[in-house]
Amino acid sequence: MATGHDDHHHGPAKGLTRWLYTTNHKDIGTLYLWFSFAMFLLGGTFALVIRAELFQPGLQFVDPNLFNQMTTMHGLVMVFGAVMPAFVGLANWMVPMMIGAPDMALPRMNNWSFWILPFAFAMMSSTLFMDGGGPNFGWTFYAPLSTTFAPKSVTFFIFAVHMMGASSIMGSINIIATIQNLRAPGMTYMKMPLFVWTWLITAYLLIAVMPVLAGVVTMMLFDIHFGTSFFSAAGGGDPVLFQHVFWFFGHPEVYIMILPAFGVVSEIIPTFSRKRLFGYDSMVYATSSIAFLSFIVWAHHMFTTGMPLAGELFFMYSTMLIAVPTGVKVFNWITTMFKGSLSFETPMLFAIAFVVLFTCGGFTGLMLAIAPADFQYQDTYFVVAHFHYVLVPGAVFSIMAAAYYWLPKWTGNMYDENLGKLHFWLSFIGINILFFPQHFLGLAGMPRRVPDYALQFANFNMVSSIGAFFFGFSQLLLLFIVIKTIKGGKKATAQVWEGAEGLEWTLPSPAPYHTFSTPPPIK
Amino acid sequence: MLPTLSTNTISSFFSAFCRRYSRLLLALTLVFSSPALLASWTLNMREGITEISRETYNLHMTIIWICVAIGVVVYGVLFYSLFAYRKSKGAVPATFYHNTTAEIIWTVIPFIILIAMAVPSTKVLMKIYDTDDSTMDIRITGYQWRWQYKYLNDKGAPVVYFSNLSTPAEQYENFPGKISAEKGEHYLLEVDEPLVIPVNKKVRFLLTSGDVIHSWWMPDFAIKKDAIPGFMNASSVIAEKTGIYRGQCAELCGRNHGFMPIVVEVKEQADFDKWYAEKQEAAQKVADMTSKEFTREQLVEMGQTVYNTYCMACHQANGQGLPPTFPALAGSKVANGPLEGHLDTVLHGRKGTAMAAFGTQLSPVDIAAVITFERNSFGNKMGDMATPLQVYQLQQAK
Repeated sequence: MATGHDDHHHGPAKGLTRWLYTTNHKDIGTLYLWFSFAMFLLGGTFALVIRAELFQPGLQFVDPNLFNQMTTMHGLVMVFGAVMPAFVGLANWMVPMMIGAPDMALPRMNNWSFWILPFAFAMMSSTLFMDGGGPNFGWTFYAPLSTTFAPKSVTFFIFAVHMMGASSIMGSINIIATIQNLRAPGMTYMKMPLFVWTWLITAYLLIAVMPVLAGVVTMMLFDIHFGTSFFSAAGGGDPVLFQHVFWFFGHPEVYIMILPAFGVVSEIIPTFSRKRLFGYDSMVYATSSIAFLSFIVWAHHMFTTGMPLAGELFFMYSTMLIAVPTGVKVFNWITTMFKGSLSFETPMLFAIAFVVLFTCGGFTGLMLAIAPADFQYQDTYFVVAHFHYVLVPGAVFSIMAAAYYWLPKWTGNMYDENLGKLHFWLSFIGINILFFPQHFLGLAGMPRRVPDYALQFANFNMVSSIGAFFFGFSQLLLLFIVIKTIKGGKKATAQVWEGAEGLEWTLPSPAPYHTFSTPPPIK
Repeated sequence: MLPTLSTNTISSFFSAFCRRYSRLLLALTLVFSSPALLASWTLNMREGITEISRETYNLHMTIIWICVAIGVVVYGVLFYSLFAYRKSKGAVPATFYHNTTAEIIWTVIPFIILIAMAVPSTKVLMKIYDTDDSTMDIRITGYQWRWQYKYLNDKGAPVVYFSNLSTPAEQYENFPGKISAEKGEHYLLEVDEPLVIPVNKKVRFLLTSGDVIHSWWMPDFAIKKDAIPGFMNASSVIAEKTGIYRGQCAELCGRNHGFMPIVVEVKEQADFDKWYAEKQEAAQKVADMTSKEFTREQLVEMGQTVYNTYCMACHQANGQGLPPTFPALAGSKVANGPLEGHLDTVLHGRKGTAMAAFGTQLSPVDIAAVITFERNSFGNKMGDMATPLQVYQLQQAK
């Protein structure tokens, strides 16, 4: 319906150059999603090395230094390589189709912001093979462990972070420009789908904090190579300054990884409840409040650094406040399901699991906000359990939900529902065996980032490792399902899901290479 | 009749099962009956042995129960909806999508709950932050990868010592092809010399670091405080029960982060005084040793012990190091070069590398011994020696 038929708008080019030179938002979305999945498997492999070593007490497989490289690379690859690019991929595919735009506003920059990423990650991964090994100071790279005491490869790590940051900033400029300028006439801000809203807010967060990350790694670079002492106490610098700057980036970064997930879930739950999203306006305001609060809570990651009492209290109170808008969101999702007409296709299963398990991560988040109790939780497996509960059954499950939800629109074929449900249940069970015991380990006193542990932690570590392998290998099933769907399957209708509403569902499945060359009418 | 029958069947099945899996059962019985391993299904935080640790524990439990209560309501409505409003049961969707009253209620109620949580939290936090009026101050310095304890406000010889992991490497290095020893009861949570404090006295810890950031965590005191180079953080404890308490470094601090435990021994005041007097006497002896004369052989022998404790983790038992981060000492330019250069490296460290400045960490005797050992071991045959006096003068010169 929306495809123009003049000579310039035929289908995609053939061969490899299609992917290298493409400026098409759907192609670039596909590239981002495949790249993200590859990084998910790479980061997952690092995690399995960690869990293999922790299967039993004692050092069986890896040297502690290599273990530290694995924890560091696992974190960096999952955050910057798997979760963030996956959401950018979803934004590329869906934002133009949801607002009735023909493409992203800045298509060439779109190409560039993707193609930087494989090089950044190739460079960062190559450090593992360098003399002295790769980054071994944790994904939070606290100075001076990451400056004066770092392996030589740290310079490559800094350069790779700069590249990822440039990619993210360009990607978010593109998303903002698209949403603010290319909405179809009549698509007012308060008519935008929530996925678009959450991405708009996320993109502003990215533009605000990625330069801060670039700043902090540049200060490291100067400390290492040009004789400055930003973070070196011996030269009059301040190691705690590093943490303040890092977490001023780092906390909004957490929401960068979860706000688009909120958007995805807010699309899926109404569809499979066959009922309009409850409290659309308050969802938008809650998302904005969370984004604002994310800038004033950063030092809750630093309760044990010896901040003055007034500082501790401020960051404790501001952190607790986040529970209010987050609660509003959870209540809205549940009320959307309340008195609906529910069916449980794979995207809905993942979305419900998201609500249940993300809330669980929210509870532990509230516990961690209580500064005096945090002294016991900080840097233990309790924290590891907390942030994995919000990131894996949170962010990652929402990405999987989104993939199943829109896969028929992308490929024109329905995925195999039975296999999808199998994948969900394997993931759901695996994730809980993997992460739930880690709460107990942390409370019992096991610090994080250790390659070996005292005997009283042996049982739950073994359980957790079994869960890790179970969950990890289950993800190969997702790969199989996606490939199977691309190759064929039951043809999808335009609307795909009975309860689906929104512009993307007015397009044929698969969505043509060019869509909405003329803007659609908005009711 | 029926119950007897089934009991018989069950017991015969059970005995067959036992015969078949006797070894597995034995192993399982051992696992579940051994007291050390019974503790390994621990689910919750320790209450600890101080007023603050108990209050922290109570706060933790209060918040858990509040979360459980909220969870029951939220998950209750969620699961009710999942079962009650299924399309397969013919549920017809309602059309509401907004309710201002409900939305105001579920914004305000959480806010009130949060205030109810914030009040006790603030009280406990203020108590934790009161570190004034201590009867004793101890400076704790983190190093890669050991803790140094120094008792301040003392008269007489200063009491200062290191606390190192005492679990032998054979217990934790279980790499394929290595012969491993059986793991002890306090595997990885044991040290050569614990921190000793008196019971029922307010002791203040002043924390700092000599290299990277560490974090001193003693769960039974509910103390976790970062040791940061260039900073001096304070924390205090009034331990209410004598005994031995164990914790670990909580901030990633490099290769052996998992291998720098903390052990605190809480003693009765009289026992503490006795221990302290002995420590002071020993410190006086070390001071006297500095002026004593040693032969090269004596220094090499003493140096081996110092090497094993302070140098081996990086430079390895055979002196081959782990290049390029930790260079070999066997055949190295420093160990086979002028003595002045070797002294300088050990005393002041190497800027920009992991080599620490040991001049502030070790006694003159230990430094002289370890340098003499390194110059005459691993195939190095310098035949010379450093003297404690020489080291002492260099330490004073700086």
